Amino acid sequence: MSVKQAGAIGRRDLILAGGAGLLVLALPSARALARPSLQEAVSGFTGGKPIQTGKVTLDVPPLVENGNAVGVTIAVESPMTADEHVRRIALFNEKNLQADVAVFTLGPRAGRARIATRIRLATSQTLIAVAELSDGSYWSSSANVIVTLAACIEDLS
Amino acid sequence: MSRTLVSVPKTARAGDIVDIRAMIAHPMETGYRMGPNGQAIPRNIIRHFACDYDGEEVFSAEFHPAMSANPFVAFSTVATKSGTLTFRWTDDDGKVETASAEISVS
Repeated sequence: MSVKQAGAIGRRDLILAGGAGLLVLALPSARALARPSLQEAVSGFTGGKPIQTGKVTLDVPPLVENGNAVGVTIAVESPMTADEHVRRIALFNEKNLQADVAVFTLGPRAGRARIATRIRLATSQTLIAVAELSDGSYWSSSANVIVTLAACIEDLS
Repeated sequence: MSRTLVSVPKTARAGDIVDIRAMIAHPMETGYRMGPNGQAIPRNIIRHFACDYDGEEVFSAEFHPAMSANPFVAFSTVATKSGTLTFRWTDDDGKVETASAEISVS
């Protein structure tokens, strides 16, 4: 084996390892965003602008028994002043029949960028919260939920 | 007439951040469920919620079928002056339900 070949293999290994590392890092949100309707819903909200991870805290119980009413709290780090505030917060899900859950419009008059609500989940999945700040940037956070009793599509017969 | 439930502090100091909670009794029928006769139950959800403080909108929300039945939302606002907070829920048919609460700010 020549030195050149050994070098080439080493480099390839390195690239593979790097790729695998990136894949592991990107896995939760990338896998969730692979669903076309979710991707459409999120880009419909952001207008195709890039989304950064951070600033948003999505609080949801990791294990819920009943998907019919799952408590969700979303908080965004923001001083909530006239110059710097959160404009909108959207919540999306990965596997319900529709990707949208709700869009909340707030502003400096909210005082605090924190909202709580109750949602339905059809199955165990990832939730994504995206916040639009007054400077036009978008920030997001995701959370995984395990649901033992599904909501939405249960029939009454 | 749907039953509504709102929680707003009666008094606050100017500049305080007050917590507000609002809920409406509503089935939020998704349109994806089958009835006992095998027919799909038609969709019937609250689509929009808004909260006005002295006529100025301070919070609003758009709901989709993934909101739970009896949709509940908690948020906050800055107490500026004594006045009325009005809450407005609009459903798929454009039917509007309202509630209001007074706040006295010192």
